Amino acid sequence: MSLPGFLRGRVRLGGESARILPQARLSGPMPWVIAIMIALTVIAVAMGLALSNLARNAQAEIAGGVTVQVVEAAPAERERQAETALSILNNREDVVQVRRVPDEELAALLEPWLGNAAADAEAIPTPALIDLRLRGAVTDGRLEDLRAALATAAPSARVDAQASWLAPVFSTIASLQFLALGLVVLLAATSAAAVWLAARSALGSNQDTIEVIHHLGGTDGQIAGIFQRSIASDALFGGLAGLMIGFAAILLLGRQFAALGSGLVAGGGLNPLDWVIIAAIPFAGMLLAVVTARLTVLAALRRIL
Amino acid sequence: MSEDSGGIVQFDNVGLRYGTDKEVLSDITFTLYPGSFYFLTGASGAGKTSMLKLLYLAQRPSRGMIRMFGQDLITQPRSHLPDFRRRIGTVFQDFRLIPHLSAFDNVALPLRISGMHEDEVRKPVDDMLRWVGLDHRSGARPETLSGGEQQRCAIARAVIARPEVLVADEPTGNVDPDMALKLMRLFESLNRLGTTVVVATHDVHLLRKVPDSLIMRLDKGRLSDPTGALRYPPRREAVRK
Repeated sequence: MSLPGFLRGRVRLGGESARILPQARLSGPMPWVIAIMIALTVIAVAMGLALSNLARNAQAEIAGGVTVQVVEAAPAERERQAETALSILNNREDVVQVRRVPDEELAALLEPWLGNAAADAEAIPTPALIDLRLRGAVTDGRLEDLRAALATAAPSARVDAQASWLAPVFSTIASLQFLALGLVVLLAATSAAAVWLAARSALGSNQDTIEVIHHLGGTDGQIAGIFQRSIASDALFGGLAGLMIGFAAILLLGRQFAALGSGLVAGGGLNPLDWVIIAAIPFAGMLLAVVTARLTVLAALRRIL
Repeated sequence: MSEDSGGIVQFDNVGLRYGTDKEVLSDITFTLYPGSFYFLTGASGAGKTSMLKLLYLAQRPSRGMIRMFGQDLITQPRSHLPDFRRRIGTVFQDFRLIPHLSAFDNVALPLRISGMHEDEVRKPVDDMLRWVGLDHRSGARPETLSGGEQQRCAIARAVIARPEVLVADEPTGNVDPDMALKLMRLFESLNRLGTTVVVATHDVHLLRKVPDSLIMRLDKGRLSDPTGALRYPPRREAVRK
């Protein structure tokens, strides 16, 4: 009995690492768990980005915005003070834009609450409104300066920064942004924990195979690579499925908010860069899953010789 | 123990215990020479499998010194051990074939682990399977192979990468006498090419089938030297024939 020819010489080792094992499947529901996590992450990230855009657009819109109200019950005096204030404001160099809000527009704003009576200045006296925009940011000092300028000619004028009215809205938006960030962090941690459990489970069910590869000279990196490839394909599949679900949810929510017709909400759309960030989420998820699987497997392998 | 003793494997005063139990191997000292053929014998429970585990690096000893391929194994970092393992072929008593791989893929495993390119794997594996009479079963999964076929597949996997040391635990336990003889001839052929072979067996008939073999006998965890080959090893040239 003669030996096979190739055994007469040493086999050539090295070169590219070829397939060692077929795909070692992780637990069955893994892709779907990842899909759900990615879908929720996509929605949370989209929410955070939309809120960020909304806050930025609203802040840009009202930056430098000041409202002057002439609160005077007598219509003639109110009209006089309003015109005088308008004239003073028009002549100031730090004022970029001044507009008196027409009484019809004011009545239309109040009409949902006061009905047709809002248009009757005699029945319900409403203040005269002047909308102005200052050059640069509105500070308490500048507001005081405006008040002093109007105090003599228009003693019934009240001067307020528009931002101060929206401060609670911005505070709420900031809280929602933190909530979205917290959700993303929690979802990432939960995804990593799910992958960790799946990798541990797969390690347990493939213990014999791993030991054999180990005894045949397989390195920890090669064994971890088997699991990495498996989790990478699961995570990619789950991630893309989750992205589709997330996209659908965003589009649906976008339509719902657009239907509100609110000027504030309209500033909360997503720009092209936001869509790129959202589209990258499945790949970030895949990277997180692969790194988690690798660290889990390497930590477990270190316990055997 | 000197580095230039010429041994491919050297054990010096090695002991092994599992946990806090008493030692299963005690004061084991021997040298295996390149190209020699050893039978490791002993009654069940004598420590043969534990000794083989030390040889194929599944265990570190509790005490003592082991050198392999001229290097101190005890001080080797864990990350260096795969390189040593790739130079050792192992036939496990329970075969340990990977159940979801075909016979072909099981035999190809050491080549793939070693990084051999896929294009170069097919021919040697086909040749090997033909040689052990499994060429017609190359696509079969282990569960569909008979005990003897699984054994031959396990042996093919152990020798495919042409190891420098071959360690076999009861390699003929599940095959008929003809196949047992054939497998021993394979081991002899590898041995003649320079592979050091260690076969653990309790089959005394096997010992006679390899006339130039040396015998290591384990008795309650201690090594005896019935042929004197361990105390007075043959000259290296003589061993290599």
